[in-house]
Amino acid sequence: MTDVTKIIEVEHLNFRYPQTEGRPALNDVNLTIEQGEWVAIIGHNGSGKSTLAKSLDGLLPLTPDSGTIRVAGITLSEDNVWNIRRQIGMVFQNPDNQFVGATVEDDVAFGLENIGLPREEMLTRVHAALKRVRMLEFADREPARLSGGQKQRVAIAGIIALQPQIIILDESTSMLDPTGRIEVLETVRELKEQANLTVISITHDIDEAANANRIIILDDGEIKESGTPAEIFQYGERLIELGLDVPYAERLKAALRRQNLVVPQQYLTEEGLVDWLWTLHSKM
Amino acid sequence: MMNKLLLGRFIPGHSLVHRLDPRSKLLLSFYYIGIIFLANNWQTYLVLFLFTILAVRLSEIKMSFFIRGVRPLIWLILFTVLLQVFFTRGGTTYWSWGPIVLSQFGIVNGIYIFMRFVLIIFMSTLLTLTTPPLSLADAIEAILKPLRVVHFPVYEVALMLSIALRFVPTLMDETEKIMNAQRARGVDFGEGNLFQQMRAVVPLLIPLFVSSFNRAEDLATAMEARGYQGGEGRSKYRVLVWHAIDSWSVVGFAILTVILIWLRA
Ligand SMILES: Nc1ncnc2c1ncn2[C@@H]1O[C@H](COP(=O)(O)OP(=O)(O)O)[C@@H](O)[C@H]1O
Ligand SMILES: [Mg+2]
Repeated sequence: MTDVTKIIEVEHLNFRYPQTEGRPALNDVNLTIEQGEWVAIIGHNGSGKSTLAKSLDGLLPLTPDSGTIRVAGITLSEDNVWNIRRQIGMVFQNPDNQFVGATVEDDVAFGLENIGLPREEMLTRVHAALKRVRMLEFADREPARLSGGQKQRVAIAGIIALQPQIIILDESTSMLDPTGRIEVLETVRELKEQANLTVISITHDIDEAANANRIIILDDGEIKESGTPAEIFQYGERLIELGLDVPYAERLKAALRRQNLVVPQQYLTEEGLVDWLWTLHSKM
Repeated sequence: MMNKLLLGRFIPGHSLVHRLDPRSKLLLSFYYIGIIFLANNWQTYLVLFLFTILAVRLSEIKMSFFIRGVRPLIWLILFTVLLQVFFTRGGTTYWSWGPIVLSQFGIVNGIYIFMRFVLIIFMSTLLTLTTPPLSLADAIEAILKPLRVVHFPVYEVALMLSIALRFVPTLMDETEKIMNAQRARGVDFGEGNLFQQMRAVVPLLIPLFVSSFNRAEDLATAMEARGYQGGEGRSKYRVLVWHAIDSWSVVGFAILTVILIWLRA
């Protein structure tokens, strides 16, 4: 086996939003993510997924007793938060609310301008990044004339132009139509392969979760479970409560299991399940 | 409707005027408003008129767009002109009634004032028709740059301006959506007397404000995540380039100034 390195290590992370009562948004979260992994985080609305993502990027007012976060070997603190942000690229939910530039190329350049990159270098990086997300011919377009999926791809271009090691997708596909969703996920998948990126995707979409190496379930600010998709999908219908849109095939499998039928563990598409069902019948 | 008012003014093109640097266009437009006040006889006004027509022709934009620019201001113009016509004394008096007179000077002054208005409007329309709003924002940034000496946050203001421009269509869309949602709940927009119309705006403004604040918060987080830490130490992707035609335009305006000074009474 190749030497795996822990790119994200979270120990005893606690966080409560200032001026809020009741339970904390994150409660003793421990988490390790290895380089090159694709981790899906699921959980119902308000379970603390976005809070966890923001804490990794140093976007929350953490106090010293909040626990420790290490990203690419750097321990998060006020002094090196900007170094950590350079390692992490975040794509948020609403495509419009993260488009800063007036045009596609300006938006991709925004992050590069922030680190004070010389203009010559910016030109080449913007070009390359737009090419990799297949948005080059839209370089001079305004955001108003782009689809949601295209805007998210521009956001991804803005991130990869900064050459980070980690991409966090915080429900980045939830406001997109099915085509846009596929476009965006395909793009991330390709980039991940090319650059050995680590991907953390927060999602309600079972297909997105099913393709991850690992799924983490967050419930009321606590990590409830962590495992391979096959392990997690054994929860069956209870995944609905935990915030995943469970497809028909999985619901059927759970129902069959309740009838004491031995069903396959791994995630099956609807066709896969049909295939399994009719072969099962012919064996009997 | 509002969209056209704000952004539909720019007409893309590749004319000489379009290709001018926005900095020179902005500065020369202001300069032009200044030197209009040099004109004080028919010769100088004729020169200015010909110069403006030349500029309009060079932009390759139809005259009707410029005339349309005058229309919203027509009442203000007429009011000012009539004030000038009826209250200026001098030369032959044709008619008088109490303080109101119709004199030779009054008529001439009225015509000059009218010319002045039209020339200023044509020139500023030329600026907005041939310059994208974003380039104008860039030009403002470049022109304000010296103010950094007195710690005026030039970069921040420029970024604010460009983000505001970028969000205009987004907020337009949103307004449209909220209006439709409120219409479905029985709100009438643009009906009834002024008071009723103003009341109809409230259910529009409140959701719009709330969503704008949410957007602003999201945007701030996204900007921070992408490494934004204020204007210091940033480099610029878009740069303005001063071309030979910009220098030639400056020369053109200098010649105009000399002619005006030479011809004025
Ligand atoms: N800015 C904030 N201020 C106060 N409370 C917040 C804020 N953002 C989120 N919360 C609260 O923290 C909890 C976790 O929220 P969040 O991380 O956004 O959940 P998720 O992304 O899983 O839907 C929720 O109870 C939410 O109400
Ligand atoms: Mg969230």
